[in-house]
Amino acid sequence: MTDKALVKFDRVCEILDKHGRNPHMLIKILQEIQEEYKYLPEEIMMYIATALDISPAFAYGVATFYSHFTLQPKGKNIIKVCDGTACHVKKSEEIINALESKLGLSKEKHTTDDTLFTLETVACLGACGIAPVVVLNDEVHGAMNKEKVISLIDKIKAEELANAQS
Amino acid sequence: MVSTSNMEIKTAVIDGMVTPLEGEKNLLELIRKANVELPTFCYHSDISVYGACRMCMVEVEGRGIVPACSTPIAPNMVVKTNTKQIRNMRKMILELMLASHDQSCTTCPKSDECKLQKLSRKMGITKVRFKQMNAKCAIDDSSPSIVRDPGKCVLCGDCVRVCKEIQSVGALDIANRGAHAKVTPFFGQALSKVECVNCGQCVKICPVGALMPKYNINEVWDAIHDSSKTVVVQIAPAVRVALGEYFGQRPGALSTGKITAALRMIGVDKVYDTCFSADLTIIEEASEFLDRFTKGEKLPQFTSCCPAWVKFAEQNYPELLNNLSSCRSPQQMFSSLAKDKLTKDLNISRENLVVVSVMPCTAKKYEAARPEFSVRGNRDTDIVLTTKELALMMKERGIEFDKIEPASFDMPFGFKTGAGVIFGASGGVGEAVLRYASAKLTPDAPVVDFKQVRGADGIKTTEVNLGPAKIRVAVVSGLANARKLVEKVKAGEEYYDIIEVMACCGGCVNGGGQPVPTHEPNAVQERAKGLYADDRTMLFRNSGENPYLQKLYADEMTHEKAHELFHTEYETKPRITRPDMLLFEGRNEVKKLNLKICFGACCVSRGAQELYQNVAAYLRERDVIEDTIFTASFGGATCQNGPVFEINGKKINACTFKKAKTAIDKIIK
Ligand code: SF4
Ligand code: SF4
Ligand code: FES
Repeated sequence: MTDKALVKFDRVCEILDKHGRNPHMLIKILQEIQEEYKYLPEEIMMYIATALDISPAFAYGVATFYSHFTLQPKGKNIIKVCDGTACHVKKSEEIINALESKLGLSKEKHTTDDTLFTLETVACLGACGIAPVVVLNDEVHGAMNKEKVISLIDKIKAEELANAQS
Repeated sequence: MVSTSNMEIKTAVIDGMVTPLEGEKNLLELIRKANVELPTFCYHSDISVYGACRMCMVEVEGRGIVPACSTPIAPNMVVKTNTKQIRNMRKMILELMLASHDQSCTTCPKSDECKLQKLSRKMGITKVRFKQMNAKCAIDDSSPSIVRDPGKCVLCGDCVRVCKEIQSVGALDIANRGAHAKVTPFFGQALSKVECVNCGQCVKICPVGALMPKYNINEVWDAIHDSSKTVVVQIAPAVRVALGEYFGQRPGALSTGKITAALRMIGVDKVYDTCFSADLTIIEEASEFLDRFTKGEKLPQFTSCCPAWVKFAEQNYPELLNNLSSCRSPQQMFSSLAKDKLTKDLNISRENLVVVSVMPCTAKKYEAARPEFSVRGNRDTDIVLTTKELALMMKERGIEFDKIEPASFDMPFGFKTGAGVIFGASGGVGEAVLRYASAKLTPDAPVVDFKQVRGADGIKTTEVNLGPAKIRVAVVSGLANARKLVEKVKAGEEYYDIIEVMACCGGCVNGGGQPVPTHEPNAVQERAKGLYADDRTMLFRNSGENPYLQKLYADEMTHEKAHELFHTEYETKPRITRPDMLLFEGRNEVKKLNLKICFGACCVSRGAQELYQNVAAYLRERDVIEDTIFTASFGGATCQNGPVFEINGKKINACTFKKAKTAIDKIIK
């Protein structure tokens, strides 16, 4: 695992060099960095700005302008809660609140510190018939409520724990 | 229909009026020349055109509705600025801005100068037809100089462009887009943690209350109302030619006497003059210069009285810090002298002497808070007020500016020469040094006027012959100009003996704490002229002639004492304060190698990345990855000797791969 981290920063250097540390290649560089890390870590952004001799605030502005860049790490398990009209009417907000307090997340913080979970709210998933809908790692769960969703989380946590011990 | 009486002159028609084209930069400038005051948020003639606010929309025949600020002028254009459609559009844009604006106008410190309020009133907006959308945003008051209140921002981008284009700092940028767009430092960090130099130029340009100077007015009132405190005030030169603007005076009108009288009415115990300590600065700084000049050492000497420039240099040019004059600024010289001498003269403790300075500058608040300017936890300069804050205090006190009788400064710290007065304008410090040097080097024919360093240009250079000495002088204002010049000096393309740097274009008269001129386009130059006029009326015009300072040096100021009170040191500062970054950590419990590399801008430009790559490859080759922890910092204290590499706590400056390899080999043997 550790050697991989080293490989990653070596990749940062490679990507920068490949593009001649040319500030005009910023977007391309960020894309390739994101492929390595799955997101754009703050300190790597800081390094890129330094190496390209551009202001870090500018690099941040570019990275946040394009929606395909993400600046927060994604967790191992991705929970998507639909907050489209139908789900909203069926109290999807309660589910979101319950998940946030269970996982210690907020509107600004989407991923747990142990990077086990990322919580996202999405606009209509087109499954309004079974609202409210939660998608857990691409598996659709319909007619959810706070209790059901919490037990889903507990189940994953238990599995993770078992995995970690084995 | 276009009619031109003279065929040589190209014209356009603005609202039916034939207007000659005289090289205006864009349609907006032409319209303004035709005396139509088109509303704008994002247009400023000295920064790039952004075209974001859409307030300047006009109708051009054959082209429809276009933003005037980013439309080039073509001869025979027919332009209308006041159609029904345009009026409706302007109103709608304003209403949309208001709908997403935190409208706490009555308590907003910008209220009396807010462009959004002014335009809304001008356009006759009495209600907003859209739903109020603004979410309360967190205020960033981490900086000692500036308060950011993003809930008030109208996204004109003015601050971003000033910071980038005029100051070449780039601390702010626009992040996200659409409804989520916002102005922010890197990763939403606090302004005090990033490369902002506190110059306040963004504050001055912000049309609303989203960027404001940090107010310290209440602390001054508290000190005044506390009978155990003796409150003394120092007033910077640039304040006296600008404060009157808050009371309807023209820029440049001198109001020294009225300000002094007003301060007494406010209740301070003594009113002194920063020009006095500016004279002191010149005696110290010019002596330092003459010493370096004769020895040919540490040249060019950079001035150090502008705290925004000092921070900029500490962040960007660690290798030049030895070239900065070691002199403290006039504000800090005044305060250390006051805390040393006045406490003795009045027999009071440091804590009970409150030194307040009135400055044209937001960065002076930062300077006063720098830890090296405190003694046992007590600051030399206790409170810094901007020109605007003093004007507010005067209003709160109910002072009728027109009616007060001028008063004079308290002595001895109220006595100055003309050289101290011109400190407030770009070129003033350089000229003051030259006056002093001239009196030393050519005592038979001392020169006082060095007009070649005066004026509005961002970069001024000249050569001055003083007897046998030929002194090459450069004067720059605006940090982007400073950067340009410094790069040339570093590259060996240009050579100077002394370089004056002020962060604000035109010098302190244009500081971030000064009034924002609304109608007078030449306000900054007028203020500078006011200072030069004041200089001409002075009994003495060379700092060396200040009799009180002569007495101070004769009676009590030893060389050591002067060094302790009036000089300082600089240190390399990272542009952004942030924790070290872990590059990798080996799996073995005990790490033989604890490596750290500096990834600050200087070290990177000197090859830190290559060094890292070579070392990492070597670690792999020697198969010691699992015994290694490798971290990187973003700038450190010794970047002037970069790249800096650390092995098990031992620092290697100017590190090469060879040096690093030798050190690693020693450990992994
Ligand atoms: S104070 Fe100066 S350096 Fe700081 S953000 Fe504003 S313009 Fe930039
Ligand atoms: S903070 Fe002020 S100057 Fe900057 S974008 Fe917002 S409104 Fe414009
Ligand atoms: S002034 Fe033209 S778009 Fe803002």
